[in-house]
Amino acid sequence: MGEIKMKETSGQALIRFQGISKTFGRVRALTDIDFSFLQGECVGIAGHNGAGKSTLMAVLAGVFEPTQGEIEVDGTPSPRYDANAARHAGVRCVFQELSLCANLSIAENMCIVHPQLRGRGWRRLATALMREKLEEIFPGNRLNGTELVSDLTLTQRQMVEIARAFTVTDAPVRLVILDEPTSSLDAHTAEQLLAFVRKAAESGITCLLITHMLGEIQRVADRVMVMRDGGIVGVLGRDNLSREAIITAMGQHLEADKTTGAVRERVERAAGPQYHWMLGAGRRTKIEASRGEVIGFAGLAGQGQTEALLAIYEAATGRRAGRAKVAFVAGDRGRDGVFPVWSIAQNLDLRWLSGGSPTEKRRPGSGLVDFAAARAVVEAWRAKIGIRGASMNAGILSLSGGNQQKVLFARALASDADLILMDDPTRGVDVGTKRDIYQLVRDEAAKGRTFIWYTTENEELSHCDRTYVFRSASVTRVLHADECTEEALLAASFEEQAA
Amino acid sequence: MTFEITQARLRAMLPAISLVAVLVPILFLQPATLSYFGSSLLLNLAVPIVLATLAQLAIITVNDLDLSIGPFVSLVACIGATLLVKQPWLGALALAGCVLAYATVGALIELRQIPSIVVTLGLAFVWSGLAIVLLPSPGGTSPEWLGTAMNYQTPWIAAPIVWSALIALIGHLLLMRSSAGVRIRGAGGNPRAMRRFGWSLVRSKATLYGIAGLFGVMSGLSLLGLTTSADANLALRYTLLSIAAVILGGGEFVGGRVSVVGAVLGAITLTLAASFLAFLNISSDWQVGMQGAILIVVLSLRVLLQRGDRQ
Repeated sequence: MGEIKMKETSGQALIRFQGISKTFGRVRALTDIDFSFLQGECVGIAGHNGAGKSTLMAVLAGVFEPTQGEIEVDGTPSPRYDANAARHAGVRCVFQELSLCANLSIAENMCIVHPQLRGRGWRRLATALMREKLEEIFPGNRLNGTELVSDLTLTQRQMVEIARAFTVTDAPVRLVILDEPTSSLDAHTAEQLLAFVRKAAESGITCLLITHMLGEIQRVADRVMVMRDGGIVGVLGRDNLSREAIITAMGQHLEADKTTGAVRERVERAAGPQYHWMLGAGRRTKIEASRGEVIGFAGLAGQGQTEALLAIYEAATGRRAGRAKVAFVAGDRGRDGVFPVWSIAQNLDLRWLSGGSPTEKRRPGSGLVDFAAARAVVEAWRAKIGIRGASMNAGILSLSGGNQQKVLFARALASDADLILMDDPTRGVDVGTKRDIYQLVRDEAAKGRTFIWYTTENEELSHCDRTYVFRSASVTRVLHADECTEEALLAASFEEQAA
Repeated sequence: MTFEITQARLRAMLPAISLVAVLVPILFLQPATLSYFGSSLLLNLAVPIVLATLAQLAIITVNDLDLSIGPFVSLVACIGATLLVKQPWLGALALAGCVLAYATVGALIELRQIPSIVVTLGLAFVWSGLAIVLLPSPGGTSPEWLGTAMNYQTPWIAAPIVWSALIALIGHLLLMRSSAGVRIRGAGGNPRAMRRFGWSLVRSKATLYGIAGLFGVMSGLSLLGLTTSADANLALRYTLLSIAAVILGGGEFVGGRVSVVGAVLGAITLTLAASFLAFLNISSDWQVGMQGAILIVVLSLRVLLQRGDRQ
């Protein structure tokens, strides 16, 4: 595109947010957002995971109703702003996790966003509109509109989703939200999209671009909204737009208590690391760990950290070299962690059944569960993790989320495992429980256990001896405890490899 | 444009291929089945099965399963054999009530997010109970107009084939081609997206369950027209038969992938499979086993095709 002319952003406010807040239960997802989306501008939106970007966009698309605040469309308040009102206002959204129906064809998917497509000839009209837009945004695509979406590749699906958002039937398109639109596009199609976004903005369509690729924002955005913890922490204009400026605005300036990690005494290590794995495509990602070490996995969410943990687990339980006694603490409790109909005790001693800690005596190989020993283990850990009040025979769901997570920790720690893998284990856990968990990790590491800890909360990395930062399923940086600052982490998280 | 045989195409043609695979040996063993009278006799019972299959298909479209369609069809036949003969208005009202009950159940399942299998399993007993109350012992008569309709002689091609083709065509146009049908199928493919764009899932589900009820009523009445008397256990096997036919016809339990034409072909295949053994002079005890074997073979082929596609 070369040079982008700086437009006078004198366009009127298309949609204006005033004091928008959104809470889910007790979690505050958005706090007091004030922003005006002007006509024909391209707004980049940056922020860390969980900063509230996607929630804000869902409010704009009419999917969520704000808990507080007012939305104005063209200067008039719109009290009932739902999906239909958003469509009438000309707002379209390209959702991050795509909103295509895989069982329908490309043209049939048009039907879902355009209620006007009905009656005789709707199919022909839908196909024509879709192909026209696809050709305009992604010239040279080889889609004819009749393919089933489930037969398309991820890249093609993303192309269809984007093109669909720009199609017009009766209500004009005036604002398009693009949530991570390039995440599954290849370099060529991403280039085509960015060029089109620029063109669309010039022709008067407001484009919102949410992306972790700061380079893309830098190229096309007129303004950049930076979000953190559900609020807007800065709006950068075109003239002072740089990667560094965005990263600085995103970072938390006050460091979380780093003392805990720094003061921690290191266990004296024998020569060389004890564990090492080669992971990922081509086995190029190298992860090392030694006894008593706490290793952190960082980076943006979904950059392959969980997959790396699972690969390590597979290697550790496999038959070949790298075999180790291992336990896994799941982060998504509901899906991967608790057995919802079992009692607390049954949930706790599950991993112990296949191997308890070496200090306790067990009757070998009877094939039956030693209930007395199991009770003893459960009682010992109940005291250690401090679950009071509830009977251990009560169902696991009678505990609060934080206590459930503690039970999952106890499940892993009550075993004979030397290596504990943790998949973002403090997700949605309160501060008190977090502190207990940190203490447990420190104590057990001091006894010589090794922890590998994937976390999306950067403060937690201060408990780690070394941190591997992931980007696109490979490690971009390895940070030692003393160099693991918010800035370094953010810079490493957003490192874009030259393709 | 050239017509290439891709694996996806082959997969779509699988229901037709399996029908031919069953039909050819039958024709070989007994060429008379090709005649007007022969095909009419052979496919006589296909019409109610086709209708019950489409009822099941409507429900599988939204990722649910109806375990009560067999007892429901029996209940409809019992209503038809008793109320509809003695008090036609009351009978018609009862049938309309049945359809309405189905639609309500659909709305309830979506509103309360309860598993359809549990609800319909419970309803299966309710339908059976009502049928026994209406008709404690087999009997009753079919209304005259119903018998006439089912015995109507179409020119050239036997009536069951004409009816099946007509049902397939209408179902295909409504569910697969019309924009409303596409939106309803979307509710099975990606319910979250549908809700996000402001469509009511409750309405889609209630509509589909209502359609299922309607097809169930038609299935029960056509069955009554053929058998001329009813029984509370008349169509219990339709539950599994209809599920098998939908799956045989290219449908899938999740994801809203269904095919109306395929399901109709699947229902006919399963009907033929039952007669197939009779031509071989094998005891009819093996009928159900034969249907199961066809299902396993076709599903295995489908998995193989899918795997080939991915490579």
